[in-house]
Amino acid sequence: MDIFLQQIINGLVIGSIYALIALGYTMVYGIMQLINFAHGEIVMFGAMVTITCINVLVGNHISLPGPLMLVAGLVMAIPVSMLLGFAIERIAYRPLRRAPRLAPLITAIGVSIVLQQVASLIWGRSYRPFPNILPQTVHNFFGAAITDLQVAIIILAIVLMGALFFMIERTRLGRAMRATAQNPEVAGLMGVNINSIISMTFVTGSALGAVAGVMVAANYDQAHPYMGFLIGLKAFTAAVLGGIGNLQGAVLGGITLGIIESLGSGYLGDLTGGFLGSNYKDIFAFLVLILVLVFRPSGLLGERVAERA
Amino acid sequence: MSSLLQVKNLQVAYGGIHAVKGIDLDIQQGELVALIGANGAGKTTTLKTLVGMIKPAGGEILYQGQPTAKLPSYAYVSQGLAMVPEGRGIFSRLTVEENLQMGAYTRNDKAGIPQDLERIYHLFPRLKERQKQLAGTLSGGEQQMVAMGRAMMSRPKLLLLDEPSMGLAPIIVQKIFEIIRMIAAEGVTMLLVEQNAKLALQTANRGYVMESGKITLADTAANLLANERIQHAYLGD
Ligand SMILES: Nc1ncnc2c1ncn2[C@@H]1O[C@H](COP(=O)(O)OP(=O)(O)O)[C@@H](O)[C@H]1O
Ligand SMILES: [Mg+2]
Repeated sequence: MDIFLQQIINGLVIGSIYALIALGYTMVYGIMQLINFAHGEIVMFGAMVTITCINVLVGNHISLPGPLMLVAGLVMAIPVSMLLGFAIERIAYRPLRRAPRLAPLITAIGVSIVLQQVASLIWGRSYRPFPNILPQTVHNFFGAAITDLQVAIIILAIVLMGALFFMIERTRLGRAMRATAQNPEVAGLMGVNINSIISMTFVTGSALGAVAGVMVAANYDQAHPYMGFLIGLKAFTAAVLGGIGNLQGAVLGGITLGIIESLGSGYLGDLTGGFLGSNYKDIFAFLVLILVLVFRPSGLLGERVAERA
Repeated sequence: MSSLLQVKNLQVAYGGIHAVKGIDLDIQQGELVALIGANGAGKTTTLKTLVGMIKPAGGEILYQGQPTAKLPSYAYVSQGLAMVPEGRGIFSRLTVEENLQMGAYTRNDKAGIPQDLERIYHLFPRLKERQKQLAGTLSGGEQQMVAMGRAMMSRPKLLLLDEPSMGLAPIIVQKIFEIIRMIAAEGVTMLLVEQNAKLALQTANRGYVMESGKITLADTAANLLANERIQHAYLGD
């Protein structure tokens, strides 16, 4: 088996998931210079709600094809996460719009902890296995293995990113979002309702986050109420790596981080002479975060903050 | 003639700083009115208050006879109140055309927008050449044209211009004032704030002089141009 190609494939899969989540961080940052640390929890809710829905379907002996059950779960989970994103902004961030920047940041961390606790009240503290409903077909791809699920994750991620970019670049709403990100005062002068644009930004990012949460759960076969922290921090790293506030950057950062992590964990044993195993793969994200913040805080595609109009 | 805008005893404060200390303005349909005054007199604050960017501390603003106090700030433009902000305020990472489309953001006559775009391009041929370019890459004069074209895209009834000649070469300033006259000829009412008081008064029908938050003189533009104190203080004669 080709280890290098295998790790690239795994990296692309997890990288597309990071990218979807990173888009949520970067959209919110772009429009209001806020790191929404509760975004990871929105992702987690997407995963937990989907698993619950599928379990309810299975428990009631409603036999649908696996992918259809997954879609049914998503249809429930996406609105839940969107509503959550909307509510978080309204309740926790909007009153602090004019406060010093540290205040909403601390609030974001608070919201994140509250959501973790709420989730553990609903679902308990233990791991939830992802229901075994998906076909486990493995394809041989030039000597590497790729599953139907991995193919589906990559395709769905590409479709969602394409839809998002179309919305941002080609529609009236997207144009208003970009204008608001550049100069909210003047956008308001043009008749843009800034509050509803900000709400739309949270809701859109949350929808992507919910799908990404389900992808994570399906890919690792499990989910739990505290999963949002690590996946959120990694996606945040991806957003910073790409240049926070930059949408293309979030995609590039996500894919890059996924591949670094995957290659790194694949070769970590060799690199450290067996001292560290692939279970230490999480260190790569944080190494990347530290290196980027020290050597290139504006990220790969980031622009100088001063360039804002 | 009827008043398009009436301002009564308007007061505006930033925290404890009183920037506008009870002013009256009256702008008739179809007029071009200049508002002149030194730096820090409160001109920008006045304009921002008129378009709802700042809420007044006191007084009343009547637009088409109706008080504007209850309008949310994003609703002013659809009422026909537009502003070309100080420093232009263009969206530098949007293309020229996208900037112009932002001006038409609240319009729901979809068919009229492409027509008006053509009209703006006819008025500013330079912008047509650069329609797909990012607005931030344009020269200062071209950016001012974007800002003015963008405001025109909302089909304003009352257009507020905040120092449109700021930082521009004299030849470009002439061009900008030519366009102001053309807009006036189309029947758009305008309130023009300018450092270049002479040019402003030569272009306007009437003028107000603002000094540290108060209106100290209101007269026809011709009378203000002839006023010795004004000549001395603002016209550099
Ligand atoms: N955002 C602000 N916060 C506090 N004071 C301000 C602000 N903007 C303007 N001012 C003050 O209000 C006064 C009027 O300013 P402004 O309206 O910009 O004057 P002008 O446009 O005539 O130069 C000045 O003293 C200025 O320092
Ligand atoms: Mg000013």
